[in-house]
Amino acid sequence: MIAHAIFFYTFSIIAVVSAIMVTASKNTVHSVFFLILDFISISCLFIMIGAEFLGMIMLIVYVGAVAVLFLFVVMMLNVAQQKNQWFAGQTTSKHIPVGLIISTLIFFEIIIVIGGWKYKPEIFDINNSLANTSVSNTHSLGQVLYTDYIHVFQISGMILLVAMVGAIVLTFRQRSGVKKQSYIKQISRERAEGVEVLEVQSNKGVKIDD
Amino acid sequence: MEYLSIVFQEVYKILFLLVPVLVSVAMIVWLDRRVWAFVQKRQGPNVVGPFGLLQSLADALKYIFKEIIIPSSSNKVIFILAPIVTMTLALIAWAVIPFSATQVLADINVGILYLFAVSSLGVYGIIMGGWASNSKYPFLGAIRSAAQMVSYEVSIGVIIINVLLCVGSLNLNDIVIAQQNMWFVIPLFPMFVIFFISALAETNRPPFDLPEAEAELVAGYQTEYSGMMYAMFWLGEYANILLMCAMGAILFLGGWMSPIDVYPFTLVPGAIWLILKILLLFILFALVKAIVPRYRYDQLMRLGWKIFLPLSLTWVVLTASYLFYFNLLPVN
Repeated sequence: MIAHAIFFYTFSIIAVVSAIMVTASKNTVHSVFFLILDFISISCLFIMIGAEFLGMIMLIVYVGAVAVLFLFVVMMLNVAQQKNQWFAGQTTSKHIPVGLIISTLIFFEIIIVIGGWKYKPEIFDINNSLANTSVSNTHSLGQVLYTDYIHVFQISGMILLVAMVGAIVLTFRQRSGVKKQSYIKQISRERAEGVEVLEVQSNKGVKIDD
Repeated sequence: MEYLSIVFQEVYKILFLLVPVLVSVAMIVWLDRRVWAFVQKRQGPNVVGPFGLLQSLADALKYIFKEIIIPSSSNKVIFILAPIVTMTLALIAWAVIPFSATQVLADINVGILYLFAVSSLGVYGIIMGGWASNSKYPFLGAIRSAAQMVSYEVSIGVIIINVLLCVGSLNLNDIVIAQQNMWFVIPLFPMFVIFFISALAETNRPPFDLPEAEAELVAGYQTEYSGMMYAMFWLGEYANILLMCAMGAILFLGGWMSPIDVYPFTLVPGAIWLILKILLLFILFALVKAIVPRYRYDQLMRLGWKIFLPLSLTWVVLTASYLFYFNLLPVN
């Protein structure tokens, strides 16, 4: 139990500190690295409560794919220039009221969840949940997602697909004047199309049409 | 006291795994150069030690005694962290590789997901190194590599789903045992080919070594590195290659299982079979390096997204339909 507690507090302290550092660090790339550290420690916490599938998926999806693209975008920004505009140039901040409203909302949501946990423990009773504890959590997750809630799952997949197609349509632009190579055309070219053998008479030469 | 003895036991096990892996990484570099040389009718490294076996050791010694140069305009913390991240990620993945039914450091439920997650984190070492160098060539190399590795991970993930459909478990030992009657390389042969090519791209091996294309980018993300830090990138890269070979051996070639299930072959310990299979795949890797020219970048992306992804997705549908129709789905 002691070892368990030590690991729990280590990972949660790292998670909280790195979450604070995401917003506190002035260098945007450092922020993304702290975000990655946060994701990793959260997935360690997932593994510690026995949800190893969720933890691994968190690593693969968030750290392996999403954060890489995030880092990609942030690295492309001109960090030095951005620092001047964002931090030094902003004397009167218009973001504070909006941020305050959102953070108050989130605070009350958390209060409601924790209050429910404290005063109505039967809501979180393990027997009420659909998960079957006798099989591994990968199996029970598959059972719930693909058997009980298959239609909801399919609909959410369709929504993601629509979002993806929409994003591609919005950013896609046909550029004119760009030379494109057709692989099929290049490979299927025969010798007869490309090479022409001419008889060249001396002192006359040949005229080649371009 | 009890805790300490458990900790010591685990440390002993980890060392027993890590030291052979590190030594074999050094040996594999020698093998790579040797195969490469033989294909081109050269001798390759053959001076230091018998058959040149100690060449990698000599190289490592040279790297240790070279000065580590940290560029003054670099981001120092991230610059130093990058090779460490590469090396660590390449080594921690070995924790779940089963060398026989019992010889495995951590026999976890989601072994294949762990392997996939760790190999997908490998891109960070390269991105960090490229960005922290604060120089044009490493940055271009890092960006190329990030795009390349993310694209090919997608097809590797879909290929893993193919295998998992036939196994019904995420545990690596279960995957090996499911291949008792037939290795998955036979029914899923096209997937094996795609996995092999994607593994080449994932580990930045030729013909997909665009992140370090010498002709265009000097040495890509490694340009500013020197001495032991360069050697760590180098070792991490080869440890990753070995890991991808081990993954291929476990997913498609029956892992520690002997090829024929008859008396004299079953006596050989599983670890030997696994090592032989890894070596076979690695020699294929080395041959490909010697005989194939480098891809152009847009064609590399086209291959990943427009050919491999649709093909492997179609194969998932085919496998699933076949298993469902003939009632072969593994149910437990």
